[in-house]
This record gives sequence, C-alpha cells and structure tokens, in this order.
Amino acid sequence: MMADSGSNEEVAVIGNTDITSTESESNIINTMVERETALLRKMEINVAEAEKRTGKNTVNMQETYTVYLIEIRPAETVPGVGAPAAPDTLWRRYSDFELLRTFLLVTYPYIIIPPLPEKRAEFQWHKLSADNLDPDFVERRRVGLENFLLRVASHPVLSNDKIFFFFLTEEKGWREAVLETGFQDKADSRLKSLSAMFRVKNPDKRFTAMKQYSDELNTVISQLLRVRARVADRLYGVYKVHGNYGRVFSEWSAIEKEMGDGLQSAGHHMDTYAASIDDILEEEEHYADQLKEYLFYTDAVRSVCKKHDLIQYELEMAAQDLVSKKQQREELATGTVRVFSLKGMTSKLFGTESQEQRESRLAALEQSIQEGEEALKEKNTECQEFVQMAWEDIERFKEQKDKDLREALISYAIMQISMCKKGIQVWSNAKECFNKM
Amino acid sequence: MSVGAPRALASSGQKPITEILHPLSAAEEPLSATVGGDKQEVGLTNGTPVETSSPASTSSLFNRLQLDDDLEADVRDPYADSSETRDLFVTVDDPKKHVSTMETYITYRVSTKTSRVEFDLPEYCVRRRYQDFDWLRIKLEDSQPTHLIPPLPEKFVMKGVVDRFSEEFVETRMKALDKFLKRVADHPVLSFNPHLNAFLTAKDLNKRQGLALLSKVGESVKHVAGGYKLRARPAEFCAMGEYLDTFNQKLGTIDRIAQRILKEQSEYLTELREYGSVYSSWVGSEDELLRPLEGVAGCVTTSCGALEDLGENMSQDFLPVLREYVLYIESMKNVLRKRDQSQAEYEGRLEAAILRKQEDRTPVEVEKCQDKMECFNADLKADWERWQSNKRQDFKQLLTGMADRNINSYEKSQAAWESLITLLQDKQTEDKTSETN
Repeated sequence: MMADSGSNEEVAVIGNTDITSTESESNIINTMVERETALLRKMEINVAEAEKRTGKNTVNMQETYTVYLIEIRPAETVPGVGAPAAPDTLWRRYSDFELLRTFLLVTYPYIIIPPLPEKRAEFQWHKLSADNLDPDFVERRRVGLENFLLRVASHPVLSNDKIFFFFLTEEKGWREAVLETGFQDKADSRLKSLSAMFRVKNPDKRFTAMKQYSDELNTVISQLLRVRARVADRLYGVYKVHGNYGRVFSEWSAIEKEMGDGLQSAGHHMDTYAASIDDILEEEEHYADQLKEYLFYTDAVRSVCKKHDLIQYELEMAAQDLVSKKQQREELATGTVRVFSLKGMTSKLFGTESQEQRESRLAALEQSIQEGEEALKEKNTECQEFVQMAWEDIERFKEQKDKDLREALISYAIMQISMCKKGIQVWSNAKECFNKM
Repeated sequence: MSVGAPRALASSGQKPITEILHPLSAAEEPLSATVGGDKQEVGLTNGTPVETSSPASTSSLFNRLQLDDDLEADVRDPYADSSETRDLFVTVDDPKKHVSTMETYITYRVSTKTSRVEFDLPEYCVRRRYQDFDWLRIKLEDSQPTHLIPPLPEKFVMKGVVDRFSEEFVETRMKALDKFLKRVADHPVLSFNPHLNAFLTAKDLNKRQGLALLSKVGESVKHVAGGYKLRARPAEFCAMGEYLDTFNQKLGTIDRIAQRILKEQSEYLTELREYGSVYSSWVGSEDELLRPLEGVAGCVTTSCGALEDLGENMSQDFLPVLREYVLYIESMKNVLRKRDQSQAEYEGRLEAAILRKQEDRTPVEVEKCQDKMECFNADLKADWERWQSNKRQDFKQLLTGMADRNINSYEKSQAAWESLITLLQDKQTEDKTSETN
C-alpha cells in the first residue's frame, strides 16, 4: 500500500525565479514519478512522437488520424552506467486511449480515473486554431497523453492493472483483450448511475460535500479558462499594435539627420516587442492545460460520488425491501393487515384463503426474506468497501490536487515574471536608442 | 537695485561657482534656492515643482555669471545658444476657477523671474486666462511675422463632449500653456517683445479685446493683399516644406498608433480585472490553496493598477505633446508661406520696376522689399535650426518618457509576482520542515 503521507516525497522547491515554466511543469511530472509504484520502478514511460496516418475506418471510408508513439524503457537502476537500452515502442491512437480509460472507469468505479486531454480544442483564444491536425494542438495533446499514462502508472491501485500493462506492451492483441473482459456489461450500469435521478435518504455527508466541491471547482475553472482566453486575446492585440511603431519610426528616420539612427534602431526593438507575445502566450497554454486537467478531473470525482449514491440507494432499497417483506410475514402469521397488499384485500373481499395456501405463501416469504438478508449483507459490505476505497482515493486526490495546483500557480507567477523581464529588457533597449537620438 | 547687481558681479571676473551668489538672490527676500543646489527652484518660491520643457538646465544660471563676454555675446548675436545665458524664467501653474454672472472660466498664475533691464522688477506674478495667451500669440505673430511663434493648445473644445473644467483637461492645457510661454521666453528675439513684457507684468491687460479684434482684421488683410506669385522658391525652403509635410504625416500616424494602444490596453485591463476576480471567488472553495489563490488575485490587481497608471500617463503627457507638434508644424508652414509671399512681393515689385525702365537705380521700395525678404530668410533659417534642435530634445524626452513609463509598469508587476513567489516558497519550506518533524 502506497504511503501518501508525503514524507518520502521531494517537494519541488523553487529556489530561484529564473526557473522556466517547462522546468516547473517537469517538476510536477517528477513528483508523480517519485511517488513510486511497482510499475514505475520497473519502467519509464514516454509518449515520444506523433504521426499522421491515413486508413480506412469502420465504415470503410478514408480518414486521417494521428498516432502516438509510446516508448517503454527499463528504469535505470544505476544512472549513467552503460548505454541506455533501446526502448520498446508501440503506436496508439486517441481512441485507444479512450477505450482504456472507459475500461478503467468501469472496472474501478471507486477510483478517480485521470482524465484524457481534450478531444477537441476548447477555450481557445483566436490565434490558436481549433483544428485537431494543427501541429501545436497535436504537440500539446502528446504531452497530455503522456501525462495521463504517468498519472495511471503512479496510482497505487491502477498501476497494477493488467489491461493497462498490456496497453503499454502489446500493440496487436490489446483491443481484443479489453473486449474479452466483458467490461461493457458493467458499462451500462455505470451510465445508469450517472444519469439516473434517485433520492438517497442517508448519503455519506463527506461524499455530498465532495460532489458539491467538485461542482464548484468545475464552475470556477471553466470561468477562469474562458476569461483567460479573452485576456490572452487582448494582450495579443496590445503587443501587436506596438509593431506599428516599428514601421513608422523607420519611415520617420528617413527624413531625419541626427535623430535617424536612434529612431531606426528603436523601431527594431518595437518589432521585437510585438513578436515576443507569441512565445509568451504559447507558454501560457501549458498553464491552461494544467487547469484543464483538473477541470476534467472534476467529472471523474463527480462520477465516483454518483456511484456512491447509487450503491447507497441500492442498499437503502434492499433494506426497505427486507423490512416490507418481514412486515408481510408478520401479517400473514398474525392475520393482521397493516400493510396494504392486493392479495390481502382480495382475500378479504372474496373470502380468506385456505390454510395450505397460507402456509405455502409463508414458506415462500421466508425464503425471500432469507435471500433478502443475504443480499442486504452483501450490499452492505459492498457499500462499506466502496466507501472505504473511494474515500481513500478521494483523500489521495485532494492532496494531489492541492500540490499540483499550487505548483501550477507558482509556475504561472514565474511566467508573469519572465514576461515582465522581457518587457523591461525591450523597453530599456528602446530607451537607449531614444537617448541616442 | 538687483538689476544692476549681476552685471557688477560679472565684471569682477571669474569666480569659483560656490562663491557666486545666486543672481536672483540679489533681491531682498532670500529665495529658498541655495547656491549651487536646488535645481528645482526655478521661478517659484512656493515650492511647487516646475516642469521645464527646454533641456537647458537651471544650472546654466550659474554659468551665465562666469564670463561677461557671454552676456554681451548674447546681446550681439541673438541666435547664440541661449542655454548659457538665460535670464528670464517663466512658469504657468495654479489653475483657479472663476465664476461670474456672465461666464465661468479658469485663470492661471504666471510667474516671472528675471534680471533683464527691460523689466522694472525682478519678479512678477499675474493671473491670466486662455484668452490672454491667445492675445499674446496674435500680437507676437503680428509684430514678429518673420519668426516662428510656438503654438497654443486647442482653443475650442466642444461643450458637452469635453469637460472644460475637469482636472485632467485643465492640467493638460496648463502644461501646454507653460510650454508655450517657456518657448517664447527662450527665444532670443521673441522674449524681448514688448507685448510679452506687458503680458508678464501688467495687472490688467487693457483693451486687449479691442486690440485682439483689430489685429485679427489686420492679419486677414495681410493675407488678402499678398497677391504676388512666387517664381522660384529656394531649395532649402522647399526642403523645409517637404520635411514638414512628411513629419506631419508621421506624427499623425504615431498619434493613431498611440490611441489604438490605449484602447487595446483599456480593453485588456477590463478583462484582466474580471480574471483577478475569478481567482478571488475561487478562494471560497479552498483551504490549502487559499494563500496562493489570494496571492495571484492580488498580483493581478497590482498589475491592473500599474496598467491604469500607464494609460493615464500616456493620455495626459504623450498624446498632448504630439498634438502640439502638429500645431507647431502648422505654424511653421504658415511662416513659410509668409516668407514665400515676401519673396513674391519683392520679385513682383522688381519686375514692375524693370518694366518701368527705372534703370539708374533700383527704387527704394524694391530695396526695402529685398531687405525684408532677406531678413525673413535669415530669421526663418535661424528659427528653423532652433526649432529642429528643440524638436530633437522634445521628442527624445517624449519617447524616453514613454519607455520609462512602460518599464515602470512592468517593474511594479514584476515586484508583486516576485514577492508572491517568496511568500509561497517560505510556506513550502515551512511545510517541509513540519513534515519531517
């Protein structure tokens, strides 16, 4: 059992603000890897490349899709000794990842399953294209898929799953293996739990609170991503308009004598300034991706809470069913009618039944009650187990979320500092040129 | 009196600077300026800082006393670099609103400090309104037609569109009036104009309305009377005209760019504010993340403040100066036109005289015209050089100011983000040590 007390974790302490945000992001990945599971002790996982393929789909039509190269390397026991081994590789497409995830969702309903990167680009600001084949989008998706695999591989429960292992190691036979598990049957019941409207009388308050929290988190992150996209748009405009200074300073310098050189070079710096926004905003997309991961995580949290509701509901139904059956037995035995039953009413109206009939009914009821008690016991155990395992994972998730989002906010602050430094640099250069005018 | 004192001092030969009395302290009441110190104390005893538009610093005040050669040189050659021989200091400040039954208007305090003989007293303090400045300008234009008169800020503002009494408007206008007066006071010829003297010293500018009207009429008459056609404009004046046209165009472009940037920045600011508020609202759902989220919200707010200041500065200081130069260009073009007329008149009269076959000697009027034209050309060339030099300084200051403000804005933002990182880092090491304990 993985100890998540954090005492053996290396918290990424940022000692100097010159750390780049990509370094900070890899700090997040590093902390995941250091949370060692048996799987990660054995292997290193990378999603190394993306490639375009064309082929025939299920309805025999040509389509273009992207495949991603998964690389598995044996984890280095002694770093730096000997040449690194050649990796085992296989290709997977996005729909394969989706299938894996659905399998995990169904098989481990008490676990918050890590989300996949978005299928289609959302929350885009205008410059970024929403085209799935756009190289920037593909690249960010590659990173997201790698992230997903590492999240699963570092999970104390999920990392031990055989199907997951085959996903990483068996290119050909994997799909068949998944389908053979018959998980689709359970998939239907899961859908039911997500969509059904039922009232639970005694939900575990912790789950109710968690569901509410995850809804709040979902709302606030969606808002944040939306506004951030608008902010990016506007900032882009501000920087780009400054590029016009470059042109006009250049034109103006042509009619000046002493001022000409200073103006001309200042103009170049204005061009640099205008161009700098592209990289700045590209970097910020990483931050947006980190937020998006947790946005999608809230869906997974919600579905675990909903599953709890369903199990609790079924438990309550089973208990209620047993109670009503016992009452029926009592009535049959003592002859008093407390609970309305059609049979009871008809027998009252049309005459009482015979002794044999009563006794056979009683026997059937006894049987049913016994079965009911078994079922209740099972349901109770199921519920308790679910609550225990789910709550454990929720606690693990909360800790992970706090740490990850904290890191994300810090890396965002670092990005802002870097942007300010760049701005100061460019304007200082321009000022020097103005001084030479 | 004090008027004679500086000359006496000067003729006593060179003295080390620390021994030379502040020339204006020769007056009875000691100024708060100390010898060798206080550069700020130009023209005012009430301590309000004076914005000098000319780069010539007030320390030149001391230079002026070292050699009486310079003093005489100044009198001989009106176009010697006056930065070494400044003896007239003017300031416009302290706007006040006056409400009467007929109208409401603003007056400004015009303070003068001088050691010139032409002035009876070394100091003056009068109140003037825009109308009075306008009067002065018209008088200067009329009495010194061969010189370039600096521009005034726009006269007419659309009531209802611009608030004539808003702090910003009054502040901007006052700065422009101050600049106008300083430019006139710096001009080696204009500063000796008796109308300027009257403007600076008279308790009441008498009959100014009547005079203004008269001079306006006179001006238009002059324009109509110039019916001569110009033959060949000398190349240097052609070049001036072309330069002014192109420069005007470029200034217009820069104005548009600056306005566009202001607009984009303002829209960016709106989105950024909302962005900060989303972080603030997120705080409510979190525990561990409370501090980082509050911190980010705070930094965003600080950045908003910095941006707001930047926008205000640009619109109050940058744009008005640009617009003023456009007016300056118009003035200059006007002077060029008048010069053209003077040349045309001379050529016309000369031609007429030749046709009348007055060969023995050129008639007096033709000679007079020639003199007038040549004077005009000389004055104009000298003024052009001075204008170019001032323009260079003004724009150097304007553009470095713009760079400084941008740098300042980024610095404020950077400081906020850096202190957040320090704060979060401290908390991180705090947590780490408490975990290992």
